[in-house]
Amino acid sequence: MPQPIVSLQEVRRSYKMGDVVVEALRGLSLDIGAGEYVAIMGPSGCGKSTLLNLLGCLDRPTSGHYLLGGTDISSLDDDELSDIRGRRLGFIFQSYNLIQQLNILENIEVPLFYQGRSEEEARAIAIGLAKRVGLERRLDHKPFELSGGQQQRVAIARALASDPLVILADEATGNLDSTSGREILSLFDELNQAGKTLIMVTHDASVGERAQRVVRLSDGQLESDKRRSA
Amino acid sequence: MTARLQSLFSSRLKRSIRLGLRSLWLHRLRSLLTMLGIVFGVCSVIAMLAIGEGASFEAQEQIKNLGSQNIILRSVKPPEDQKVSNNQNNFTLDYGLKYEDISRIQATIPGVTTIVPARVMREYVWNITLRVDAEVVGTVSWYPAMRNHRVASGRFFTETDQLAAENVCALGAEMAQRLFPMEEPLGKTVRIGEQYYRVIGVMEALTKAKTDDTGQSSTQQAVDRMFIPLETAKRRYGEVLFKRRSGSFERERVALHEVTVKVEDPEQVVAVSLAVKDLMERNHKKKDYDVVVPLELLRQKEKTKRIFNIVLGSIAAISLLVGGIGIMNIMLANVTERTREIGIRRALGAKRKDIVTQFLIEAVLLSGAGGALGVLLGVAIPFVVSSFAGMKTIITPLSPIAAFTISALVGVIFGLYPALRAAKMDPVEALRHE
Repeated sequence: MPQPIVSLQEVRRSYKMGDVVVEALRGLSLDIGAGEYVAIMGPSGCGKSTLLNLLGCLDRPTSGHYLLGGTDISSLDDDELSDIRGRRLGFIFQSYNLIQQLNILENIEVPLFYQGRSEEEARAIAIGLAKRVGLERRLDHKPFELSGGQQQRVAIARALASDPLVILADEATGNLDSTSGREILSLFDELNQAGKTLIMVTHDASVGERAQRVVRLSDGQLESDKRRSA
Repeated sequence: MTARLQSLFSSRLKRSIRLGLRSLWLHRLRSLLTMLGIVFGVCSVIAMLAIGEGASFEAQEQIKNLGSQNIILRSVKPPEDQKVSNNQNNFTLDYGLKYEDISRIQATIPGVTTIVPARVMREYVWNITLRVDAEVVGTVSWYPAMRNHRVASGRFFTETDQLAAENVCALGAEMAQRLFPMEEPLGKTVRIGEQYYRVIGVMEALTKAKTDDTGQSSTQQAVDRMFIPLETAKRRYGEVLFKRRSGSFERERVALHEVTVKVEDPEQVVAVSLAVKDLMERNHKKKDYDVVVPLELLRQKEKTKRIFNIVLGSIAAISLLVGGIGIMNIMLANVTERTREIGIRRALGAKRKDIVTQFLIEAVLLSGAGGALGVLLGVAIPFVVSSFAGMKTIITPLSPIAAFTISALVGVIFGLYPALRAAKMDPVEALRHE
């Protein structure tokens, strides 16, 4: 296997809830290579969300190491983490999380502006991505004017804006009807075929089956790690 | 390179401002209500300052008209004698400044250059059928120079007129207008009682509002004055004046009604005025005179103005404080409401300082817009006041600029805490927020 893009080494994450310390992740080790399409599955409370937050650099491990593209993020400060989120990661959320007062184009541009790209550059990239997800006719619409499936496609375009190393999807089809869900999943397939690394969290087995590799968590630990033979 | 960075920075700032405007526009009513505190604060301070400045300017003008190097002595009817005169119908009141007072001042007080004596009589002045109730002032030829009251057309009377006790007069500007509405007054005659006087000059109009000499009771109606040579006044009227008062006569003997003393050195005005007061006190048993020192009045006015400004400043500070608290309150609500947006932005790469900037700009836009609106209103109100109420108002250029700057600063100060709170949020928590 080539040099992994994501590498978790003995990662633990515990929370204090009052006097009780809850361990959400207990020594998880996982390597994900470039271009992989991974589904993380497991029952609720198994630590999926915690893992996703860590992978997304929104949180830091209590102990252990997380290397993203060779950088150990456990040693970075808040500004550096923000920068990594903006440049190397793309987020897709269950509830789309578009900014309501911005139109489609502006929503796609948001990550670019935090990296200090110029207005013209950002606009050009955003228009290209909107075309790629099939929304070039809706550029000046507001999110609430779009269907769930369309909103999620905007979110995908936004996640692609800064050409990230890894795309993280959190129950991306959870709020969608089956037709739009299928559309989104085929978009994921397309992205993966184009060489993007995709990590998605889901509890839906049918969704998980689309991935090449299924990682199952249970009680904060790795339960199984199966690769689908192509 | 730096140019590129600069343009990047300014485009980023422009974008942030656009974004801020948009989210304020989203909650138009709320933003407007929040701004009102600042609007009223700024507008009332600018308006009050302009009106106060105008009033004090007028007062100062008026005092300057009296001459800052002058000391003005005036005869005043002693209050206790008034009662006596009411009881005894034929009693002649004898009070006021005497010719001896002048010679005493000249003889004993150094630094006094010129002295202007004047007799003042209240009379009806006629031009055929037009009548004006005026003060007829018998005085000397150098009165205009001493009192900064110049002749607008024609001339003032001269020493020659004085010696000959000519029946000539110079009219106050308003009075001339009223007596001769359609014609040129110069060369015409006016009548007082049985005496006719030739008009040889018309005085300049005094500062619009008032000619009240004390500069104190500025509400008093402007008094029309007509000037005649002192010698003429003495001969035509004598020293005893009659006053008819609801059925009873009143007789007063007053030698001089008004004496203006000019002090050579402006620095010595206060010292000389003390000496004059002292001298008068020794020679007048009753307090039948009054000493007005315009310079002292000027100083007093300046002091009052300072106090006025301090009070105004405190009001401004309080209203801006209240306005600022309003902004803080709304910004805190705003931050809570947009917790999720903050989470999204953080996930997409926004640094803490980006979030701080975003919310700070919104707060500053609120307070700045409030300040700008307040300045507009604050400039408009004095304008309306002066055009409708006829009051003089002065807007010093500093006050709108300072008011606007301070209100923008209020936005920074009171927006900082909510903005920092927004930035401090944990992105994971913020994203989970409903």
